[in-house]
Amino acid sequence: MNNYEVTFIVDPVLSGDEIKATAQVYEQMLKNEGCNIVHIDEMGLKPLAYPINKRSSGVYYCYEYAAETGAIISKMELALRRDERIMRFLTIALDKHGVKYNDDKRNGLIGKVKKKVKPSKKEDTPSRDSRDRDRDGGSSRPPREAAPAVKPAPAPAPAPVVVVPAPVVEPVAAVTEEE
Amino acid sequence: MSNPTIGKTKKKYCRFKKFGIKYIDYKDGDFLLQFINEQGKILPRRITGNSLKYQKKVAVAIKRARHLALLPFVTDLLK
Repeated sequence: MNNYEVTFIVDPVLSGDEIKATAQVYEQMLKNEGCNIVHIDEMGLKPLAYPINKRSSGVYYCYEYAAETGAIISKMELALRRDERIMRFLTIALDKHGVKYNDDKRNGLIGKVKKKVKPSKKEDTPSRDSRDRDRDGGSSRPPREAAPAVKPAPAPAPAPVVVVPAPVVEPVAAVTEEE
Repeated sequence: MSNPTIGKTKKKYCRFKKFGIKYIDYKDGDFLLQFINEQGKILPRRITGNSLKYQKKVAVAIKRARHLALLPFVTDLLK
């Protein structure tokens, strides 16, 4: 099975029923050809970025469907081309990422991802700071490992009462080693 | 005293690689606006930082969006 997606723009001058009827024609056509219609996205009336056939807006429809072969596409495009109610159309083949994306979009996962993208650009600098911190930590670690027996005293120092015996013991050990 | 960030170049990165975005939707005009300039031209990789693979996909998506009149071919003061 191959996945395809056809998007077309219907003339907005038609009445609401006529627009729906136009969309129905192509839905029926896909069904008659034995295609499995995955999803019908009625994107609604949108302004066009530039005028097409002297219209400044259009009604967008997007059908995602799965077909055994691509034979349906040429039939469908011929019908779309002949149809005066259709202002523009585009058929594309979806790869597995496209199918997954459309699935996620329907489940409302995509909008969240996009919101994440924008703030993360701003968070870019802090993340770098944290990396720098890591680098500093990495550089400071080796000295700690180099002198373990003597230097634990500064680390426990902030903790108040309990740790006091420990530094006392360890300098003694250090002293004995030196002796 | 001086600002330590002066003279440091901010490393560009490919957002699609970084965030694991595999598919670029041609129907999402607002998202594609990030990759075109005020005249509606596609921005080069040296500005967007996209990897070659995703720059090509962005370009295809923008061209599809233009065909469907979701993005303009030529314009002024888009942003």
